[in-house]
Amino acid sequence: MRLAICAGPSTTGKTAVLRHLIADLLQKGTPPAFLKIDVQYAEEDEILAAEFGIPTRKVYSGELCPDHCNVMVLGDALHWARKAGCEVLLVETAGLCLRCSPYVDGGLGIVVLEATSGMNLPRKVGPMLTLADVAVVTKIDRVSQAEREVFRARIQDAAPRVRIREMDALHGIGIAALAGHIETTAETPDKLLLRGNPPVGTCTICVGRKEIGWQSHFGVVRALENATFYRGE
Amino acid sequence: MQGPVAVARSPLDQPPARLATEITSITILGGRGKLGDPEPIRRIDLQMGQVISVVGPTGSGKTTLINDLELFADGTTPTGRRILTDGEVPPAEYRDDPSRHPIALITQHTTFLSDLPVREFITTHAQIRQNDASRIQATLAATLVFANELTGEPIPPDSRMTELSGGQARALMIADATIVCETPIVLLDEVENAGIHRTRALELLRAHRKIFIFVTHDPRIALLSDHRIVMQNGSMTHLLETDEQEREVSLRVNQLDDRLASLRDRLRSGQRLTVREVDGWT
Repeated sequence: MRLAICAGPSTTGKTAVLRHLIADLLQKGTPPAFLKIDVQYAEEDEILAAEFGIPTRKVYSGELCPDHCNVMVLGDALHWARKAGCEVLLVETAGLCLRCSPYVDGGLGIVVLEATSGMNLPRKVGPMLTLADVAVVTKIDRVSQAEREVFRARIQDAAPRVRIREMDALHGIGIAALAGHIETTAETPDKLLLRGNPPVGTCTICVGRKEIGWQSHFGVVRALENATFYRGE
Repeated sequence: MQGPVAVARSPLDQPPARLATEITSITILGGRGKLGDPEPIRRIDLQMGQVISVVGPTGSGKTTLINDLELFADGTTPTGRRILTDGEVPPAEYRDDPSRHPIALITQHTTFLSDLPVREFITTHAQIRQNDASRIQATLAATLVFANELTGEPIPPDSRMTELSGGQARALMIADATIVCETPIVLLDEVENAGIHRTRALELLRAHRKIFIFVTHDPRIALLSDHRIVMQNGSMTHLLETDEQEREVSLRVNQLDDRLASLRDRLRSGQRLTVREVDGWT
């Protein structure tokens, strides 16, 4: 079993990229299974199942963050994909808070970014980009050559080791290079580990405290004029 | 990064490629048309210094050809075409390292999204394209001079990119691609509709030794080119060299076009036209 996890902000074209990837994998005789992890709404699983007849599933993370949910379900999902007779599992996840990333050691990490989201985006998305193996840049025909080049250079600044693949995701132009990365991905190891360190923090807001102001909270907190500090036991 | 690594690593780990600016020719090897039929034109070699137009009806595959060039198609795009540089498969570094990519692309959809001031924007781009910091101010100045030659309305260096008119933006894009990028190949996809001085543009572009490829519906640009690639149903069907007769036609087309342009300017400035203006035109 080989694993590729695809992350990226909403509407960047993750599904469009994966659609072409699925078509390519099918053509090569390695049908993939597809898992979508989203917070509260997704229909990509139904669309891709209808389009390609491959096994698909979705999980709503609900109260959990999608990357947290990914950690919970990924082991089961690999088992499911194997039982469904697939050799590749593609996971599409909506990484949201930019503090961690869903990639695991031994799997391929793909981040999808759109060139139209501004030249500073590569500096903002954190480990979702810096821990990826491949950064797919979509909507390249929409921005000026200058912005596209600055975007690429800033990806390389933020993540010097990531491979950049520019794609016209609507038409699948440039997909072959990405498909090549899946082919060279090793078999998934038995023990899976998150590639990055999760953020440090006990979130008092997640457990229900609604008061504004750090004085009402504990754990890792911060004030406007301070870096983060620890408050409490 | 920790743990096993799935992908061959940074381009920096590999021996340096030839500098992109040393390219002297690119080759298009024909693939197949929309119906899967082999393209009639099997090979086109384009030399440095040439201006080429790609012509054909809407939907005939002009933009797809441009995309193949831009991506250095290796037989895996839907057309099956292959692109060579200097007769060889282009090195992977062209795709992977932004400062080595030898092609600049300007399409009909391209816009500036940045709201930086023009001066800062061009400087930012020059910084990633050029290693020599001492040249950046000169590059900025040259880019603005070039752009202002193409547009009727000079570009204020301190105005924001998003405040530029369509003509100014297009002129700046062409100037940026020609001067800042230093790429030996520039692709221009239907840029003629944006109110730039086309004859002046071609004169200026020819002064820079590059390969310019225009996708165009404009007879003026097509006839000022050295060659034109004719597209039909997704295939390259003909490669025509502009001949003596057509150069003659080109001059007349320019005159007609200039006359139309003068009418356009008068309408724009609120004037009325009379039948006298077009006496003897037909």
